Amino acid sequence: MPDSTPDLAPESISPEIFNHLVDLAALELSALEGEYLRRQLNGQLKAVRELEAIDIGDIPITSHGVPYAPAISPPPRPDEIRPFSEPDAILAQAPEVDGRYIVVPDIPHEDLE
Amino acid sequence: MNPAACDQPAHELVRRLKQGEVTAVEILESTLSRIEAVEGRHPTTAPYQADPTDQQTIHAYITLTADRARAQAEAVDRALAASKDPGPLAGVPLAVKDIFCVRGTPSTAGSRILENFVAPYTATPVERLEAAGAITLGKVNLDEFTFGSSNESSAFLPPPGNPWDPRRVPGGSSGASAAAVAAGEATISLGTDTAGSIRQPAAFCGVVGLKPTYGRVSRYGLIAFASSLDCPGPVTRDVTDAATMLGVIAGADAHDATAACVAVPDYTAGLEEGVRGLRIGLSPDYFRLKYPDPVSGELREQAIRPEVEAAVRRAAEVLARAGAEIVDDVPMPNTRFGVPAYFVLSRVEAASNLHRYDGVKYGYRYPVPVDDLRELYRKTRGGGFGLQPKLRILMGMYVSAEQYEKGYYQRALRVRTLIRRDFEAIFDPAGSYRLDCLLAATTPTTAFEIGAVYGDSVLMQYADLLTVPADHAGIPALSIPGGLDGQGLPIGIQFQGPDFSEAMLLRVGRAYEMATEAEVWRKARPKIIGR
Repeated sequence: MPDSTPDLAPESISPEIFNHLVDLAALELSALEGEYLRRQLNGQLKAVRELEAIDIGDIPITSHGVPYAPAISPPPRPDEIRPFSEPDAILAQAPEVDGRYIVVPDIPHEDLE
Repeated sequence: MNPAACDQPAHELVRRLKQGEVTAVEILESTLSRIEAVEGRHPTTAPYQADPTDQQTIHAYITLTADRARAQAEAVDRALAASKDPGPLAGVPLAVKDIFCVRGTPSTAGSRILENFVAPYTATPVERLEAAGAITLGKVNLDEFTFGSSNESSAFLPPPGNPWDPRRVPGGSSGASAAAVAAGEATISLGTDTAGSIRQPAAFCGVVGLKPTYGRVSRYGLIAFASSLDCPGPVTRDVTDAATMLGVIAGADAHDATAACVAVPDYTAGLEEGVRGLRIGLSPDYFRLKYPDPVSGELREQAIRPEVEAAVRRAAEVLARAGAEIVDDVPMPNTRFGVPAYFVLSRVEAASNLHRYDGVKYGYRYPVPVDDLRELYRKTRGGGFGLQPKLRILMGMYVSAEQYEKGYYQRALRVRTLIRRDFEAIFDPAGSYRLDCLLAATTPTTAFEIGAVYGDSVLMQYADLLTVPADHAGIPALSIPGGLDGQGLPIGIQFQGPDFSEAMLLRVGRAYEMATEAEVWRKARPKIIGR
C-alpha cells in the first residue's frame, strides 16, 4: 500500500516561520534565546525526519497505548456542578484580585461593523 | 553494625516500627539528619553562580516540610501506641517529585512560572501514600515541567547531583527523586514517567523505578506534561518496596477518567515465587540502534556501551539459572523510532497543556503594568518559562500546524501504533515468541557529567531511547540495579511486560535481586553516604 501522506515539509524553520510561531505561542524572547531555540528546533526536526523512512500505509493511529475497553473504563460521571469547598484557596493564587474578581489589563478588541 | 534508619528499605522500617524497635519520629529524625549532612546549598530561582562545592552535595529538595512531616510521624506513633493499624507504609519517609500538588505546599514543577503556587488540593497518589502512613518530607527537584533527562533544566539551582558521584547528573526528570532515595534523604519517592523519567534516573542512581501501565495510577493532581503518556510511579530502594508502594497508589479514581477500573492485586503476595517457566526475551534492537554520535551529533547506528550490554546478558544468565527460559533475537524493529515519534507527540501535548500558564489565574505574573492582555501573556510566559518549556511549546505548535499536521503529528501517531504492535507480537500467547517479559538495558550509558549534554536538546532526548517505547505502548516497565561500570557507577536493567503485568515484572525483579544478593557490587554504597 503506498504512503498516502505528503512528504514532510522539506524546509527547516526559517526566521520568519519562527517569529510567527513565537507570536502564536504568546512568548517574548531575547534575540539570543530566539537563535538558540530556532537552532534546536531544526536539530529536532532532523531527528523527526527519521520517521519518513517508514511506510505508514493504512496503519491506524494510536492516541494512547493501552486500549480503553469498556470493561476497564470508568463509567461517565453525572454532568453536575460540584462546588469546590475552598474557593478562597483558589482565589488566593491569583496574582491580582479586586474583591472576588481577578484583575486583568485591557483585553484587546476591535469594533465590528 | 546496622545501617542507619534512613538507609533501610521501607519494608524493614515498617517491620521494626511495628515491633517497637524504632518510632516514626526516630526514622524521621534519622532522615532529616542525613538531609542536613548531604543536601548542601538549597536550590532557588536566584541568578545561579556555579560553585565547585555544589558538585559535592545533592540539592534534592525544593521544599522541605519538616514540621508537617513531624506531625505526621507523631500521628503514626500515636496510632501504634493505641494498637491501631497505621498502614502498610507507616512511618516511611516520602519525597514527592515537585510535579504533584500537595495541599498547602508550594508545587512548582521546577519552574519560575509556578514558583509561588500553593496547591489548594492534594494529588490522589500522594493522598493514598499519606493514608497508608507515609511521611511526606517535602518536594524534590526535577527538570522544568519534567522536560529533560538530567535535572539541569530546573529553574531551581544548583541542579541535583548523583549520590554515586555528585559531579554527575542523577538523570531525569525524576532525578532528585532517585538521588534522594539513593542518598538516604527519603526512603521512597513518587515520580512520573513520560519517556523514561522514573526508570532512567533510577538506573543512574542505583535504585528501583517502576513505570506502571498507563491508567494504573491516577494522574489527578499531577501537573500535566503529555497527558497520553504521563504515568506516576514508585522510586524505591528495592523491588519489595516498589511492590508495596504500587499497591498503595494504584487503582481507579473518580477524579481521573483515565485511571483504569482494573482490580489492584497484592503485589507483594507472589513476589518470591521465582521465574521458573517464564519466557524472558532479549532483542538485538535494544543493543544496537540509531542515535546521535556523542562527538559529531550525527545520527548513526551504534551499539550501547559494552559494559551496559554485558550487565544485561549477565542478568539473562542469572535468570536462566533461576529457571527462566531466555529467548534470543526477538525483533523489535520500531524501537529506534521511539524518540523521533516522541519529539512530535510529546511536544504537541506539552504545548496544549502549557497554554494555561498566562499570569492571570495563578503563578507568576509579569510585575510591571502593561498595555493589554496580550502583552501580559507574552511577558509573563517569556519571563516565567525557561528554555525547555519554550522549546516544547514552539515545536508542538509547529508540528501540529494545519499544513504540517498530517506529515508530522498523524505520522507519529501511526508510528506509535507500530511500536505498540512490536510489543503485542512478542507478548502474544499464540504468537511466535510468547514472552512474559523483555529484558533490556534501561539506558545506553551510565550517568554523564553535569554540563556534558545539557544544551543539546537532541542528544539529551536520546538518553530516553531505550525507555520511551514502553511509554508509547502504555505497557509497564521495571528498572532495577544490574551492576556497576568500571567507574563504580550504577547500571540499570529493565523488564517490560504486557498491560497490567506489574506483579510478574516485580516477581522477575525480585528473583534477580535474590539471585545476586551475595555479589560484591551489591555491597557498594553511593559515595555521598561514605563521606
